[in-house]
Amino acid sequence: MSIASHNESVSPIGVGDYAAGPAEYFALLKPRVMSLVIWTALAGLLVAPTHVHPVIAVASILAIAVGAGAAGALNMWWDADIDALMARTRLRPIPAGLIDPREALFFGLTLSFLAVLTLAAAANLLAAALLAFTIFFYVAIYTMWLKRSTPQNIVIGGAAGALPPVVGYAVATGSVTLDSLILFAIIFVWTPPHFWALALVKSGDYARAGIPMMPNVKGADRTRLEILIYTLVLVPLGILPWRMGIGGDLYAAVAIAAGAGMAFMAMRVFRIREGSRASKAAMQLFAFSILYLFLLFSALVVEHGFGLIERFGL
Amino acid sequence: MDETKPSEGVVLTPRQLRNRRLRNLAIGLSVGLLAALFYAITIVKLGPGILRPEP
Repeated sequence: MSIASHNESVSPIGVGDYAAGPAEYFALLKPRVMSLVIWTALAGLLVAPTHVHPVIAVASILAIAVGAGAAGALNMWWDADIDALMARTRLRPIPAGLIDPREALFFGLTLSFLAVLTLAAAANLLAAALLAFTIFFYVAIYTMWLKRSTPQNIVIGGAAGALPPVVGYAVATGSVTLDSLILFAIIFVWTPPHFWALALVKSGDYARAGIPMMPNVKGADRTRLEILIYTLVLVPLGILPWRMGIGGDLYAAVAIAAGAGMAFMAMRVFRIREGSRASKAAMQLFAFSILYLFLLFSALVVEHGFGLIERFGL
Repeated sequence: MDETKPSEGVVLTPRQLRNRRLRNLAIGLSVGLLAALFYAITIVKLGPGILRPEP
């Protein structure tokens, strides 16, 4: 069996006529993940100490967004068989029978190629190579290998989600520096508590699909402990950009306040272990973690995008 | 099979026809956007070089 025919035998749940419109193809790009990628890449681009022409900035962010979307499409192509088994994902375009798996594969490959090419033309080869590596890491290392083989899947795989600010920074400077690596580290350490909070609630789904998520392999209690540990590492790490001068006072206030919120919620997940209150606490942490990351990078975008740091010495 | 009757081939449903039209439109717009993007990138990156007279 060739790799291109992977998942061709998955029986569609829904209509099954493969008559997808643009909306279904857009859904293949995982637009919610893409929006976070756009935001973190933009922050990486703006914190760089060099000026970027607005046209180059827009073209680069667009290329990074499309590259992330392409990785999402390739992820959905490979995972269609397990997506069909989980309530959360069974209505995605491929298991719903709206898009043929082979079309999703070629859609993802085409967009990946165009995104990397566009970034190479608009910015530089390092940024393009980093984007290509991000797509490769997400699809080949995380999706095809780690996701189904180890409970550390999202820990290591989190590197792919953490790379967009590094790519954004490379667009502006043509280099990778400690500044961009700190932004990488924040998202990398943020990923486990974010996904494991969801996995605590959806462990039945993951068990049905045979995905070795932390709660299924090591148990809910161990997962709660690891969520707490990662969060306690994350909070000071989130404040580090302020100490390093990447973020100003606005960033510091946001990082401290939102970090306190993350620590509080992770503590609640650790303490409340039984019944619907436990699920509620986990889902609240999951939702808040998205807000946390959004707020941190928004503070950087606001400070650097509107020149607050330079103008007011914040 | 009645061999006197010409084959109709694959007959698309109205929904499939509509979505194919929308897909074509989306592809057309995307290609147009990509062309405009590369035009803008070229002007920004090479513009001053193009306009500068040869010494």
